[in-house]
Amino acid sequence: MDELLREYLPILVFLAIAIGLGVVLLLAAAIVAVRNPDPEKVSAYECGFNAFDDARMKFDVRFYLVSILFIIFDLEVAFLFPWAVAFGEISMTAFWSMIVFLLILTAGFAYEWKKGAMEWE
Amino acid sequence: MTATDLAIVLPEVFLALFAIGSLLFAAYTAKDDLGPALTWATAAVFVGIAGWVALSGDTNRTAFNGMFIDDGFARFAKVVVLLSGAAVLVMTQEFLTRRGLMKFEYPLLIALATVGMMMMVSAGDLMALYMGLELQSLALYVVAALRRDSPRSTEAGLKYFVLGALSSGMLLYGASLVYGFAGTTQFAGIITTADEGGMSIGLLIGLVFVISGLAFKVSAAPFHMWTPDVYEGSPTAVTAFFATAPKVAAMALFARVMHDAFGNAVGDWQQIVAFLAVISMFLGAIAAIGQKDMKRLMAYSSIAHMGYALVGLAAGTEKGVSAMLLYMAIYVTMNIGTFAFILTMERDGVHATSIDGVRGLSKREPIKALALLVLLFSLAGVPPMVGFFGKFAVLTAAVDAGLGWLAVAGAVASVIGAYYYLRLVYFMYFGEETDAAIDGAMPTVQWGFLVASAALMILGIVNLFGVDGAATLAAITLVN
Repeated sequence: MDELLREYLPILVFLAIAIGLGVVLLLAAAIVAVRNPDPEKVSAYECGFNAFDDARMKFDVRFYLVSILFIIFDLEVAFLFPWAVAFGEISMTAFWSMIVFLLILTAGFAYEWKKGAMEWE
Repeated sequence: MTATDLAIVLPEVFLALFAIGSLLFAAYTAKDDLGPALTWATAAVFVGIAGWVALSGDTNRTAFNGMFIDDGFARFAKVVVLLSGAAVLVMTQEFLTRRGLMKFEYPLLIALATVGMMMMVSAGDLMALYMGLELQSLALYVVAALRRDSPRSTEAGLKYFVLGALSSGMLLYGASLVYGFAGTTQFAGIITTADEGGMSIGLLIGLVFVISGLAFKVSAAPFHMWTPDVYEGSPTAVTAFFATAPKVAAMALFARVMHDAFGNAVGDWQQIVAFLAVISMFLGAIAAIGQKDMKRLMAYSSIAHMGYALVGLAAGTEKGVSAMLLYMAIYVTMNIGTFAFILTMERDGVHATSIDGVRGLSKREPIKALALLVLLFSLAGVPPMVGFFGKFAVLTAAVDAGLGWLAVAGAVASVIGAYYYLRLVYFMYFGEETDAAIDGAMPTVQWGFLVASAALMILGIVNLFGVDGAATLAAITLVN
């Protein structure tokens, strides 16, 4: 048990440092920093000008769709990459598993294409 | 080796290929008017695979180095899941078509969710478990929001998704702890580490997180908060599916993890499961009293029923598991009949699920009212309906396992719960007809399911159609 826990000592040290540093930085800003606000200082601005319009603007839901489609293929690469790197040593099972995975993904891709998910209008 | 592995998972592979193939076929040919035909085809495939699984012998096999287990327990759960899925598809096809919701994706998403459920009940490894669970959940999040121009339906989908993601997160965190402290993700390996009393604290915390995640999926209190909103907001056809097959799969998965991975430490999880069971039974019984909507009422009813199924699991014995399986099979049959009725609750062509709709139903529709009466009595657990035998089996299992207090709590909660079921019966037979009354019309298919399900609740008292024997055989393969 003790040995097992000792294996995790590095991550404990890391966590202690990460949390400690975060807390120190937050507290430092609250304690050390000089605060002398005036209306000009705290008002919003863009590159020195007054803000042109509200920052909370509506954006097209289609951006969301595109980003979701992007994430799927992003993940595909995350799976493909280690497979490709170890290509010389893997078995036939591993090879065909990835081919099946790609085929299933392609079926989904063909579906979304036909459904018009990639068309902007 | 691979060929034998694939031969074992052939039913799942076949169903997945069917879903993917139909998806592409439908997308590239006929569009949405293929929906009804695909629904029937999917239901037929479900029934075919159920027969295939049921008749595939009584050997216990594992595939992919123990990742996938094909034993009597898995086969029993799969047959129940597939048959109830087929029944719901057939029953809801007309409902969805008439409301313009019959997209061809609906039966295919149900088919993919069912592949996930078959994977869940056969999981022999924490990773296989998570894979099945996510395949099922992701497909169900989408069907919950099937009516995407309705705020209620999208709210249901979003709520289900966010809380489902939270529960998956808890389950994964627990799984990572279990892996860290047991050194393996395989159930067969975990069980050698997780001994009674000798379980390390980390493993115990992992177990608690896994149980919490699973309790979310079976909607056991105190992890039930998503159920009423999702049941009410989803289209009724989807609610009918949520209340049946996924519940069976999640309960079977629960039993699988508890017995296959932590079967040597029954005392450690028994108290947690018993706690979940008591809270669910009482919350389901008491919170349902104030409900005005049939779908919300059924949501609380399902929470209470999950509590009873968990009583069987809490017993931690072979008898308990067999009682739990029997209870789930009966629960699914009752719910299919009740939802067949709810699907056809209409006033002037508009779906109206308020409970005031059934007032005075017996005078207008004596047969329907009688069938619903039988189902409600059975849901309440009134003897001599079949529902009583389900409750009797789980409570006996609890008493035999030395959990007398749990059985007493279950009996008390069932008396409280009987109130709201019997109140519906009172409305039907003695209620004054109001202007909220539903029309009598009912398509043949739904009528058939309602009456058949009610008939099963009465005819089943002779020998429960041998389901109890099958459940016992299934439980033996899980608990040893």
